[in-house]
Amino acid sequence: MVEHTRETIQVNGCAIEVLRGGSGPGLLFLHGAGGASDWAPYMDRLAGRFEIAVPSHPGFGRSDTPEWLDGMSDLAYFYLDAFEALGLDDVHVVGNSLGGWLACEIAVRSTARMRSLTLVGAAGIPVDGVPVGDIFLWTPEDRVRNVYHDQTVAEARLARNPSEEEADIALKNYFTTSRLAWSPRFCNPDLAKWLHRIRIPTMILWGAEDKVFPPAYGEAFAASIPGSQLRIVPECGHLPHQEKTEAFLDAVAAIAEEAAP
Amino acid sequence: MKFFFFHLMPYAHLDLDYDKTYPGAYLTLPNSYYDPKKGAPLYHRYLDELELADRLGFDGVCVNEHHQTAYGMMPAPNLLAGALTRSVRNATICVLGRALPIADNPMSIAEEFAMLDNLSEGRFIAGFVRGLGTEYHASMANPSFSHERFHEAHNLIVRAWTETGPFAFDGKHYRYQYVNLWPRPYQTPHPPIWIPSQGSRETYEWAAHPDRKYTYLITFNPAEAVKRNLDAYARQCETYGYECSPGQLGWALPIYVAETDEIANREAADHIEVFFNKFINSPAEYKLPPGYSSMASYKYVMETKFKVREQFLTHETLTGNGMFVCGSPETVTEILARRFDEMGYGNLVCMLQFGTLPRDLTEKSMTLFANEVMPKLRHLGEERAPPLAAASAAAG
Repeated sequence: MVEHTRETIQVNGCAIEVLRGGSGPGLLFLHGAGGASDWAPYMDRLAGRFEIAVPSHPGFGRSDTPEWLDGMSDLAYFYLDAFEALGLDDVHVVGNSLGGWLACEIAVRSTARMRSLTLVGAAGIPVDGVPVGDIFLWTPEDRVRNVYHDQTVAEARLARNPSEEEADIALKNYFTTSRLAWSPRFCNPDLAKWLHRIRIPTMILWGAEDKVFPPAYGEAFAASIPGSQLRIVPECGHLPHQEKTEAFLDAVAAIAEEAAP
Repeated sequence: MKFFFFHLMPYAHLDLDYDKTYPGAYLTLPNSYYDPKKGAPLYHRYLDELELADRLGFDGVCVNEHHQTAYGMMPAPNLLAGALTRSVRNATICVLGRALPIADNPMSIAEEFAMLDNLSEGRFIAGFVRGLGTEYHASMANPSFSHERFHEAHNLIVRAWTETGPFAFDGKHYRYQYVNLWPRPYQTPHPPIWIPSQGSRETYEWAAHPDRKYTYLITFNPAEAVKRNLDAYARQCETYGYECSPGQLGWALPIYVAETDEIANREAADHIEVFFNKFINSPAEYKLPPGYSSMASYKYVMETKFKVREQFLTHETLTGNGMFVCGSPETVTEILARRFDEMGYGNLVCMLQFGTLPRDLTEKSMTLFANEVMPKLRHLGEERAPPLAAASAAAG
């Protein structure tokens, strides 16, 4: 396992926890609804190539839940400040699901500190006629089963008995996700109008079998972000970084190379 | 003691085998299960029952709000309350209640309630609720802001009722340039406000506050939990430095009365089991969306109450834990009087139709309750009147 650290940093009075490790070009990973409060195999692989920072967003993991957190726009502005506090400049940004939405909200405001963008099964935009999976109506078991295509992966996850702290963090993540994404459901109807402002190299990576945001959402992002590339990963659900880590690494590496100075 | 006849207006023609295919009676149960040819007469039957309650001498008749469910056919309770203002002559008309946070324009609630107060010439009680968790799925209102929106909407409505307009209202969720309510409410300063609740600290602390003293109504809970919650409210009043009056406490529950205990149990058992196991039934995720409650109470409810609800609730269980009162007039009188001694409630909200209970049995039970139970309980709560008034009443 790559050596990594867990630290708490203050951004405008809000404490967030950040996992860091690896060496190479800087990379910021923005997690989705499930959070990223512990070092995971996909982080290990990323850290083999990049110097990665994986913060837990305000309201997630062991980070503070600030009073001001009412929506994604709050989180986007928070991160514009956090880039500085985290010492991140000229970084590759990777965002999954809710984190992909967040990455877009940041990027339409400013890409000044970003070198490339990779969206992985990203939330954020509405696609009429293509319903999103309702994670708020699914049972806890369905929430695991429906995010993975390979049910053996889902079963391995379900077989794990979470500690009390892990269960509390999962609940906290679920509550904050609801706060941010209940309505409009997992999207900002205005976001699509401004995605053309993202003019950095952008990779859009999607599981062909994503039941939360079907691949039509990836196609819609690709159509809205100028010059972006869309890669569909076969036999993969909503979390390609976990389920098809090689394909995920290839995609991030490809866009990083394209964005190399 | 005051007696209120409460109707949920369930879709009683529901195919009860629906749960072989669908997980609950809410939200995702296809509306092909509803037949308007059967539903329309049902509305009229239920309105007849509310009107009968008025003629039988109930102090109030009550309707409430639920969406996208066979559990209650009243997404717009004010429509039915409006219809009742033309036929209910003596009873107070109660909407228990409207779900404030799911409204995007709560001024419409202030307006409609003010209209009902005028139409009934002051025989109106306004119930304010946050709504069941499923209402947040049905309306897309974010459950995370449920408390904030409830309090803002409440403040807006009470100010609209009591302050001369126009004025501006500045909230986080609701902002109005002009608040200028036409019509103003009939009652001064405004209609009584009731807070139906499943019981939570935040709610009773707020409702019992001396500025409000809202009637706290505990619904559909085991008697022990009803007592615990009503006690907590009464203690909160003491903390605020005043004594809780019985009129501030209410208990809502299904009741069935027949000639004898044996007949009552036989006639009611299937229908009450259908109510608690088929009509109320829905998965935990439907009832408790994330953010609707605190994380601590979410964990608590998931571990306790919902575990209980997952089991089939039999007639014996329900009568045993006091969620249902069933029997002869004598038995029902005895149980309710004993519960009064324990709980001190001054308002009994009786759900005398439940689930599939048919018209004839509903009317029989209502009539027996009104004629043989109410008169024997009516005096309860009166002895809590201030000593001076009691003494002069005795002298008179």
